Amino acid sequence: MTLAAPVLPVPRRTGRRPRCGTRFAAWAFLLPAVAYVVVFFGYPLAANVVMSTQDYTVKSFYTGEAPFVGLANYAAVLTDPLFSTAALNTVLFTAGSLVFQFVIGLALAVFFTGRFLGSALLRSLLLLPWLLPLVVSGAVWRWMFDQDHGVLNAALRLAGLGAVPWLSSTGWALPAVILTNIWIGIPFNLVILHGGLRAIPASLHEAAALDGAGAWQRFRYVTWPLLRPVSGIVLMLGLVYTIKVFDVIMVVTGGGPANATQTLTTWSYRLSFQDFTFGRGAAVGNVLILVATGFGLLYLRSAKATLAEAAT
Amino acid sequence: MSVARRALFLAASAALLAACSPSPAPQTPDAPAATSVTELDYYADEQGSAAWQKILDACAAQTGIKIERQTVPTAQMLPKILQGASSKTLPGLLFTDNPTLQQVAATGALTPLSDYGISADGYYPSIVKAGTYQGKIYGVAPGVNGLALIYNKDLLTAAGVQPPSTWDDLKAAAAKLTKDGKYGLAFSAIPSEEGTWQFLPFFWSNGAELSQLDSPQSTQALRYVTDLVTSGSASKSVVTWNQNDVADQFVAGNAAMMINGSWNLARLDEQASLHYGVVPIPVPKAGAKPVVALGGEVGAVPVTSGPTQQAAGKVLSCVLAEPIMLQWSKAHAYIPSKTAVAARFGAEQPAMQAFVDEVGSARSRTAELGEKYPKVSQALADAIQASLTGKQPADQALKTAQQAAGS
Repeated sequence: MTLAAPVLPVPRRTGRRPRCGTRFAAWAFLLPAVAYVVVFFGYPLAANVVMSTQDYTVKSFYTGEAPFVGLANYAAVLTDPLFSTAALNTVLFTAGSLVFQFVIGLALAVFFTGRFLGSALLRSLLLLPWLLPLVVSGAVWRWMFDQDHGVLNAALRLAGLGAVPWLSSTGWALPAVILTNIWIGIPFNLVILHGGLRAIPASLHEAAALDGAGAWQRFRYVTWPLLRPVSGIVLMLGLVYTIKVFDVIMVVTGGGPANATQTLTTWSYRLSFQDFTFGRGAAVGNVLILVATGFGLLYLRSAKATLAEAAT
Repeated sequence: MSVARRALFLAASAALLAACSPSPAPQTPDAPAATSVTELDYYADEQGSAAWQKILDACAAQTGIKIERQTVPTAQMLPKILQGASSKTLPGLLFTDNPTLQQVAATGALTPLSDYGISADGYYPSIVKAGTYQGKIYGVAPGVNGLALIYNKDLLTAAGVQPPSTWDDLKAAAAKLTKDGKYGLAFSAIPSEEGTWQFLPFFWSNGAELSQLDSPQSTQALRYVTDLVTSGSASKSVVTWNQNDVADQFVAGNAAMMINGSWNLARLDEQASLHYGVVPIPVPKAGAKPVVALGGEVGAVPVTSGPTQQAAGKVLSCVLAEPIMLQWSKAHAYIPSKTAVAARFGAEQPAMQAFVDEVGSARSRTAELGEKYPKVSQALADAIQASLTGKQPADQALKTAQQAAGS
C-alpha cells in the first residue's frame, strides 16, 4: 500500500497551523497501520461472522446469495455429536503438546547454557524440525508410524516390545499426532527460552552459589522466577499456535481413524470443504477465534500485572 | 489460525464479489471462437500429467486454439473452482471429478453442452447421469474408470490360489495369502470420499442403496469388509492408506491382491519383475454382477464470455472425438466413455477387459442423491472407519451414519 505523503504547508513559526499540521501528520502515520488492520483483520473477521449466520453453500459462491439463518449454524454445530469429540481432542492436543514442548524445550535450553564443544552446532541442528515444511515432516512421521513397516515399530520389535498400531487405532492416533507436534514445537521453545536464559545475569547465579545454593535451588529460586515473563510469552504463543494446528493432523491422519484426531480446526475445514456447509465451518472457526482471543486477553492481563509488579 | 484464515479469506473474497451481480451467460452461439482458452485439471501425477498434455497439444493443433493449462492437486480442485466462481475468473474449460459436477452445475456457473453441439449419444448411461443436472448435460467425460481386483500372479501361483470371484473366495484367498509378514489384500478406507469410493463396490454389489445406509445389505457388506481386517487378511493400516499407498504396498510385494483403479496399471507395467492380473471385484454370490462406482473426470464449460465459451466447446469436442478418446484411454489406462469404442478397446487391451466389463454395470455416485452426495459419502466413510477400528460394530456405525446423512 502506498500512501501519498501529506502535503504540509511551509511551516511558519506562528499561529496554530504547525500544531494542526503535526496532528494531521500523526494521523497520516497511523493510517497505514489502521488500514492494514481493517483490511486484513477487521474486514475478514466481520465477513466470517456474517458467513456463520448464513446458509452459505456452494451455490452462494457464484450467486452471492446466502439466506440469513441467525444462530442456526451455531446451534447445529454445538449439538453435533462430533463437537464434543473435536473440542476434547483440541484440548488434549493443545495441552499435551504445550506441556511436553515446554518442558523438553526448557531442559534443552538449560543444557545449552553450559558452553561445551559443538554446542552451537548441536543447537542449530535442533532447529531443523522448525525449518522443514510441515507437510514434509508430517509425511515422514506418517511413514515412521506405519504399523507394519514403520521405523518406530521396527525399533519396538528390536527392543522386544509389541508393535503399536500408531495411526490405525482410535486410542493411539491422538498421542501419535501429539508426539509429532511436540517434535515440531521443541525448537521454538528452545530458542526463546535459551534467549531468556542468557538475559539472566551470571552474577546472580554466582551470588546464589556463593550463598551455598545447589544446582536445583539456583534453578528454582533464581532462573525460574526471572524466566517467568519469557515463559509466559512462550506458552501464550505456543497455545495460539497449537490450537490452530491443521497441516500436521491433516497430513498424518486426516482427522481419522474414526474421527479420533478430529480437532476444531480440521472439523471446520471438513464442514466447509468436504460437506460444503460453509456457514457451519465459519461458525466453528469463530468459536476457535473466540477461545484464542480469550487466552490472549488473559495473557495481556497477566502481563500487565507483571509489569505493575515490576514497577513497584 | 490457518483454517479460520482460510475461511476468512473465502468469506472475504465471497463477500467482496457478492456486490457484483452474476452476469447472465451471453447467449451468442454464433460468436466467433476465441484464439486461446484456459483449461483447469487435476492430473498432477507425472504420468497422468504428461499423458493429458499430449491430448491438449493434439487438440490445440487440431482446433488452432491455444490452450493455457492449469493443474491443481485433486483436493484443491473444488476450492479453486469456487474461488473462480466467486471472483468470476473461471477457466474456459475444466475437467473435474464426476461426482462434483452436479455441485458445480447447481451454482449456475456451467453452460449446457448442447450449446456447443455436444450430445451424450453413445456414452455409457451412468456417465451421462453423472454429468446431467436438472435434465441438461453439463459434463461429458472422454474416459471413465472403475475399481477391480488386481493380483500378483507369482504370489497366487506359489500359494496355489485362483483369482477370487466371490466374497467367500476372496476371504479364503486373502487368508491363505497372508503369511510371512505379507497381507492377502490391500485396499483404502481413509475418512474421505476415497474411502467411500473403495467400499461402494461391496455396498452396491450386495444390493444396498445410498438412500438407506443402515439397511441389512449395507450392514452385511460392512461386516464382510471389517472381517477381512479383523481376521488379519488385510492390514489394520487400511484406515490410513490412500489408493497410492495401496499401490505402493502392492508394488513392494507387501500385499498379494489389491482393490484399485485402472489408472495404476501404467505404473505396474513399469515394474518388470511384477506379474499382475486383473479380475472384476468379487461379488457376494456366484453369478451376480459386480456394481462398482463410476470414476473419471468430466469436461465442462463454465460461464465466461461468448467467444471463450465457443473456443472451449471446440476444444472439448476435440477431446471427446474417438481417436483422442482412444489415445487418452491407452495413455492413462482409462476406459473410453463411449460403449462402442470401449468394446473395441477391451478387445485390444486384455489387461483392461475386466475394467471394461465392470463399467457397463457401474453406477454414478450422484445419480440418485445429486448435491446431497458429499454429505452421505462423508457419513458412510465415517461408518467404515468406526467399524474397521472397532470403535462401533458395523450395524451401529451405519445407524449413526444414516442419522448424520439424514440431518
